[in-house]
Amino acid sequence: MKFTIDWLKNHLDTKFNNNQIIDKLTNIGLEVESFESSTSELDTFIVAKIINAKTHPNADRLKLCDVDIGSDKTIEVVCGAPNAKNGLLTVYAPPGSIIPKNQMKLSVSKIRGVTSYGMLCSESELLLSNESDGIIELKNNKYANKIGEKYFKNTSEKVIDLSITPNRPDCLGVRGIARDLSAAGAGKLKINKKSNLNYKGNQNINVTIKKEKAQGCTTFGSCLIKGVTNKESPKWLKDKIKSLGQKPISAIVDITNYVMFDLNRPLHAYDADKIDNEIIVRSSSKGESFEALDNKKYILENDMCVISDRSGVLGLGGIIGGTRSGTEYSTKNILLESAYFLPRSIRKTSKQLNIDTDAKFRFERGIDPLSIEEGLIKASELIKQICGGEISNLDVKKIENYKKTIINFDPFLFEKTTGFNVENKELIKILEKLGFNVSKNKKILKLVIPSWRPDITLPIDIVEEIVRIKGYEHINTSEPIKTRLKPTLNYYQKLFHFLQRSVASKGYLETVTWSFTDSKINQLFKENDEEIPIVNPISSDLNVLRNSIFPNLLFYLKKNLDRGFKDISLFEIGPAFKGKNPGDQLTVIGAVRAGKVSRLSWNDKERIVDTFDVKKDVIQSLCEAGINKDDIIIDDRAPSYYHPGKSGGVYQNKNEKNAIAYFGEIHPNIIKKLDIKTEGLAIFEICLDYIRASKQKIKDSKSEYKFSDFQKSERDFAFIINKNFKSQELVNIIKSVDNKLIKSVRVFDVFEGENIPEGKKSIAVNVTIQSEEKTLNENDLDNINKLIISSVESKSGAKIRS
Amino acid sequence: MSDIKKIKDDYIDKLNTENNIEKVNNIKSELFGKNGIISNEFKKLGSISVEERKKLASDLNNIKDELQNKISIKIQEIETKEINLKLEKEKIDVTLPERNIEIGKIHPVSQVIDEISSIFSEIGFSVEEGPDVENEYNNFTALNTPDNHPARDMHDTFYLDNNKELLLRTHTSPVQVRTMLKGKPPFKIIAPGRTYRSDSDQTHAPMFHQVEGLHIDKNINMGHLKGCLNYFIKEFFEVDKIKMRFRPSHFPFTEPSAEVDIGYEIKNGKIVIGEGNKWLEILGCGMVHPNVLKNVNVNPSKYQGYAFGIGIDRLGMLKYGINDLRAFFETDYRWLSHFGFDPLDVPSNYRGLSR
Repeated sequence: MKFTIDWLKNHLDTKFNNNQIIDKLTNIGLEVESFESSTSELDTFIVAKIINAKTHPNADRLKLCDVDIGSDKTIEVVCGAPNAKNGLLTVYAPPGSIIPKNQMKLSVSKIRGVTSYGMLCSESELLLSNESDGIIELKNNKYANKIGEKYFKNTSEKVIDLSITPNRPDCLGVRGIARDLSAAGAGKLKINKKSNLNYKGNQNINVTIKKEKAQGCTTFGSCLIKGVTNKESPKWLKDKIKSLGQKPISAIVDITNYVMFDLNRPLHAYDADKIDNEIIVRSSSKGESFEALDNKKYILENDMCVISDRSGVLGLGGIIGGTRSGTEYSTKNILLESAYFLPRSIRKTSKQLNIDTDAKFRFERGIDPLSIEEGLIKASELIKQICGGEISNLDVKKIENYKKTIINFDPFLFEKTTGFNVENKELIKILEKLGFNVSKNKKILKLVIPSWRPDITLPIDIVEEIVRIKGYEHINTSEPIKTRLKPTLNYYQKLFHFLQRSVASKGYLETVTWSFTDSKINQLFKENDEEIPIVNPISSDLNVLRNSIFPNLLFYLKKNLDRGFKDISLFEIGPAFKGKNPGDQLTVIGAVRAGKVSRLSWNDKERIVDTFDVKKDVIQSLCEAGINKDDIIIDDRAPSYYHPGKSGGVYQNKNEKNAIAYFGEIHPNIIKKLDIKTEGLAIFEICLDYIRASKQKIKDSKSEYKFSDFQKSERDFAFIINKNFKSQELVNIIKSVDNKLIKSVRVFDVFEGENIPEGKKSIAVNVTIQSEEKTLNENDLDNINKLIISSVESKSGAKIRS
Repeated sequence: MSDIKKIKDDYIDKLNTENNIEKVNNIKSELFGKNGIISNEFKKLGSISVEERKKLASDLNNIKDELQNKISIKIQEIETKEINLKLEKEKIDVTLPERNIEIGKIHPVSQVIDEISSIFSEIGFSVEEGPDVENEYNNFTALNTPDNHPARDMHDTFYLDNNKELLLRTHTSPVQVRTMLKGKPPFKIIAPGRTYRSDSDQTHAPMFHQVEGLHIDKNINMGHLKGCLNYFIKEFFEVDKIKMRFRPSHFPFTEPSAEVDIGYEIKNGKIVIGEGNKWLEILGCGMVHPNVLKNVNVNPSKYQGYAFGIGIDRLGMLKYGINDLRAFFETDYRWLSHFGFDPLDVPSNYRGLSR
């Protein structure tokens, strides 16, 4: 909402200066976005000085001028003026300027082979006089110090731009703003002077509002103005229209716009001679069409509120008029409309047709239903003043009467809500200045809500009115209440926190990427999940919700590789979507590791990142987050986007369907499809939701501390075993030989090839044996060794290596 | 006896010039071995008279002690020399690089969320969450923003179906609805998370982060709201004083509503929070609208309280001098390394919010 201080003062007697007014507006909830002069096309023209004028190399009559425009460097301009000479002060127009005379936009151009940056102007080009022989010669004494400054003074008044919240349609007119300011003590609202218009004759174009279920119009007021002379608006009116950032059109259109911005009362003027017999306000039928004043043809759906005559649709009520009945300079007789349209109907129609106009913006927020006559009178008065003509009696058709809203308000609610007290007297004064009618019934105030405030329906709305006018600075700043109702974080929130920082501590950079992704990449990772398209995506490559966290991670991994980084570890913790309903989402960590380990190390051998690097990262992170390493099982089941032979899952239970984590190398096909260029790429993911919540807090779950002081022994074994036999099973077989005596089993060597039969491998393990009761003698140890070998051989088909 | 003295003096001279550990050991056995010179002298003691024996024994013992002492000092001397020589040879260049360090980082958004959670935890708030996909009811209708409300235009919404029933939440406020529907008052929660709006330019990203706050109890008023936010802002920006302004505004789900501005100034091209006479809008808040309470089965004549919504990314930008919002989500390795936080830098009260 834009307006000038001058305009405001048409409605407000105030002693406040501009800054006080600005501050007050913001303090009462009418946020000032800016307070600036409106920009002018003439702002670009600047005072300049010709430093050096020499002859154009290819044209005797042209000159090549070095021009000082107040910046570091001079500008080279080609000029045909005979009077261009060294030291001349003149007016320079840079490229992009619009020359007032011909409305041409200047561009950088070559004139006879020499580039000219802008031009030097004659008086005629600037519409200052008819003098076109040569460029303007400015007086030295006046302009010598002004090189680089604007030539035209911007005399336009400063414009206030307010950001009006959707609940305040009344402040979409200057009068409403003045009323709020007056309630806040910034002045006195001027009383509208009574009009002493003479009305002649009746409005003899018949108006009917059809009684239909979907009727979007409840009241239609109008008057005829006969014998007008439409013309250009007078300067004061043009200036007002320009200050709104709009272009003046003609007196009649400008007046209707002026009244709309002045009183927040949209109006429409028809050329009465173009109306076919009568006005019918009705609901449209699908397929009807009309050409609107924005020069677009609209094809209507059912139940849109249209203003029509016998020939068809004239316009969309409260939204936009049509060209068929539009006013022109030749218009002699006009029908002026001032109506009330229902916000719901306006909003629906404008959404369907995608139209936004100033009238629509106002009607959809709610116009004062009692302002119909006021608007007709104010506009007619101005039309008569400027365009002449005779005004008919006002004709108001209604299918519904306005009902007053009444609220019984207990002033105690104010203190209860805001925490501070305002005397009843002051409170009533504020409300009355805002236009409320207040009567008292014991402690309760009976309030009649002003017709221009559709937003006020509840006692709490009254609290807001009082507190915003009184000022939010009166609200106390209470000490925070520290009472706690429950722990800050639950188990999974803590897990999130631990895992996030634990993974980062393994050298991964955390990133945050969009929750949406490119369906083409997503489908490589979505497994059996349904694709979740976004109906209105921000771009075609962010068109689905991500089923997995990897599409984006790999996309950005590639970008960083392309930037020249080689060893990259990235992770993200966030949602992966499994369906399109609320809650069909999992919290997942995805991590990628690309490149080499120990690259360019002077003492370590560099190697490509592999599955066991990420396996370490994932297992260590899980352990740090509180999951016992002995409680997890590794299996080789993993999603299809992993390398089928170099990937695995981490399970908390043997037969569980969902792993809590997967790790491994990524499938070579995906690397190829995404064209990722790196030496090695391994990934892991952790699904937080699948981790079983620990039932006990750590304080309850620590077992008794026991240790053995008896001597421990270590024995090494090497077995020849089937190539596909899993080392984890071998370890479990050994452990199960004697859970008490066997303290740990470590695989320390695996190899295939030389001396090992085809299809077999050699696994070497180190077993730690210790009793809690005695020191084991050679005999005891021999017995265990034998047991280990026989168990392994019988259960796994392995052979001990001799 | 003089013979022995002579022998002793000879050996002392020998030891003084000897630098080989083996030769010293040879000397030791020459003197004290089974048939060593000194050992043999001791054997002779048995064959002489008691008188003489006393004298000779005492002399012999003195000589023995002196020689043994000399030998052990010599051995130690040589060993020390040898060790020093060995250590000298083993010296390495410690300025060579260590094994590769891989430094991970926490994203500024995550860090700021933890900072916020830590601050609100201090004053008794717990953390709630809600899904990113919401239904139209929780995101709008329950929050007193019916279908035909113009406020909906301010939220450019991503939809998942043509009936506009499923959407990506445009704010964290639906978590209020979910929290109150599943529990009984009082409520005292914050809810940080991802939010989505379909606009994208230099200052808007289609995804961003908000934290919602909600405190509902019997007598919670606007003074408590002001106190809570005043505390939060001061703690968050880690300043003693902060210029703050509550200004009336409008949100369908709060009444009265306010926007909060903080004072700032530009010093040497950097934004300084807390002072100055420019205002920066940082959050929206208000008293929860009675219609919202009704929608979630809380009796508005018994319970009341406040809610607020803060843009997390923007807070982070202000606190840590980050200029470009879009960079948060572009996964540039350089940016993440530059603005990221050490994983051990967990915001907490006792250790300080940030280093």
